[in-house]
Amino acid sequence: MEAFGLLVQGFGVLLTGKTLVLMMVGLVLGIFVGVLPGLGGPNGVAILLPLTFTMDPTSAIVMLSCIYWGALFGGAITSILFNIPGEAWSVATTFDGYPMAQQGRAAEALTAAFTSSFIGSLVAVLLITFLAPMISSFALKFGPPEFFAVYLLTFCSFVGLGREAKHKTVISMSLGLLLAGIGMDTVSGNLRMTFGSAELLRGINFLVAVIGLFGISEILLTMEERLALRGHAAGISLRVVLSVWKDLPKYWVTLLRSSFIGCWLGITPGGAIAASFMGYNLAKRFSKDPESFGKGRIEGVFAPETAAHASGTAALLPMLALGIPGSGTAAILLGGLMVWGLNPGPLLFVEHKDFVWGLIASMYLGNVVGLVLVLTTVPIFASILRVPFAAVAPMIVVSCAIGAYAIQNAMFDIWLMLGFGVVGYVFKKIGIPLAPFTLALVLGNRAEDAFRLSMIGSGGNLKVFWSNGLVGSIATLAILLLFWPLIDRLLQRVGLARQAKPVSGQA
Amino acid sequence: MSQTDIEIVVDDPTAPEDDSPSVVSTRTIEIVVSLLLLALAATLGYDNWRTGISWDSTGPEPGYFPFYLSVILGGGSLYGLVSALLSQHGGSQTFVTRAQLRRVLAVFVPTLLFCLAMQFLGLYVASFLLIAGFMRLVGKIALWKSLLTAFVFTAVMFVTFDIAFDVIMPKGPLEAAFGR
Repeated sequence: MEAFGLLVQGFGVLLTGKTLVLMMVGLVLGIFVGVLPGLGGPNGVAILLPLTFTMDPTSAIVMLSCIYWGALFGGAITSILFNIPGEAWSVATTFDGYPMAQQGRAAEALTAAFTSSFIGSLVAVLLITFLAPMISSFALKFGPPEFFAVYLLTFCSFVGLGREAKHKTVISMSLGLLLAGIGMDTVSGNLRMTFGSAELLRGINFLVAVIGLFGISEILLTMEERLALRGHAAGISLRVVLSVWKDLPKYWVTLLRSSFIGCWLGITPGGAIAASFMGYNLAKRFSKDPESFGKGRIEGVFAPETAAHASGTAALLPMLALGIPGSGTAAILLGGLMVWGLNPGPLLFVEHKDFVWGLIASMYLGNVVGLVLVLTTVPIFASILRVPFAAVAPMIVVSCAIGAYAIQNAMFDIWLMLGFGVVGYVFKKIGIPLAPFTLALVLGNRAEDAFRLSMIGSGGNLKVFWSNGLVGSIATLAILLLFWPLIDRLLQRVGLARQAKPVSGQA
Repeated sequence: MSQTDIEIVVDDPTAPEDDSPSVVSTRTIEIVVSLLLLALAATLGYDNWRTGISWDSTGPEPGYFPFYLSVILGGGSLYGLVSALLSQHGGSQTFVTRAQLRRVLAVFVPTLLFCLAMQFLGLYVASFLLIAGFMRLVGKIALWKSLLTAFVFTAVMFVTFDIAFDVIMPKGPLEAAFGR
């Protein structure tokens, strides 16, 4: 097993005092970010990214990914103790987690949540360990047309499979792609859409936009709501942990099902949110006793948490193997790769073995350490919520400003951040999704380059996207996904007609 | 076990009232946003058309790709505009109530002032002012607590970024006085 040897090597990279400290720092910051209202995984990673600019890429990615794991763990704490999902993907956890806390079983629910999170990500990391190298070595054969087809597939699946109104996804995506094109054109060297402004020459930095869209806008949205909360405090004793773990084998079907759902939705851009709901609903549907869900059933915690974590972790697979992020946070990590001077894509596995395997090893280690950490420190993190939001909000604003300024040392970026904050606030309130925008902004230039290079290669003939079996099937799949809602409706109509016929025949 | 007891309680004395009157409806905002996006699409589309949207000997010209994106953006916003104009039930939905708007502005205005102050006073002094001022004036937290929190946070940021990680932030007269 080549992967196994490289993984051991990755652990070797990791097991230095410095990296372990960074890992702990990342996890603590991540749980913090996950617990606080108005901050989440993507915001936390985006705001803390500047801290890593002076680190070497491996330490940087270890710390950032640990922030991500920490945030995934942290979301569960507030859902269970306070009935407040710290993250959108923890909403399903509140259905049974909070009733359990009300019945005095908070410790049990928390243990279940953390354990299943751990299992979910473990399954996804195993998948990454064995699948990512295979996919990337396959993708090494890709030329510009294949890459463009894969980008197209990503964008189309957002439009076709997203839950938002289609035109809103299209708006968000085309806006992101357009803003990515501002500044110097990488192929011809011409200036585009700068309108004579020297500030726009640099282009719109992806991270600045993300900090505004997720950080500042989230503060504005949080302030709109009533911030009063009352919750249960809980310490977890070893006895509770062991009793929950002893029962784990009983729920292996639920755990396995949710892991698969999570991995699948994480790789395709559907995200952790959809995965957690789907995991919960399926566990309920297949249960012998669906009525007991929502009243404090431990399976109702296992199912969504496993799926959310599996999906959050699996979202890193396409990012590592193809350079295409499967989620908003993965997109930000991808932005980080570029800042550290790494070129995301299949070559990463060849050129930066240390980095890739260090990251994969850190997923294993980070989740183990994270599990121990959250189990032992829950009461401390729960009490963070005692800090009034009026103190937290300005600190987040300051952190956002530091992050946005540090990227290019430009005052203009501070104003851009503020502008994106307002845009993010308005977009979220009228239902224009931000994830496609983020993805388009980070992939825009590379998608355009791939398109233009394929056009130059083929002399301007669009048939190049159907020139061989591989690129043809990806491109066709992309088109199919784009029109999936229409196709789905058509299929349903055909199905209904077929169902209706025998009925009328009988009559 | 006494875990059923509510042990953590945080109040929000300045929470927006639930019955506050609506300032603007979601439908109006959707129309305004669609119009703005349409204008943006037209501007960017025109600029790209000027750059060149056809083909030359080397392949597509620089404006080709973004021009068609502007067309897509324009199409999407036009659809959004029409559907918002035609929608009947959307009119009653509230985009923001007066109380909510007050709270949002209570964060937004200080943030704006912070960005302005940063240009003259540098980031660290502006941060201190923002945190202390916000905690005291918006959060109604005791003055000494506000000042102490602001000082500690700003000092930690300074040590982390300026000293430990060498990330340079905008600085003003105060830092200059200390020779940094």
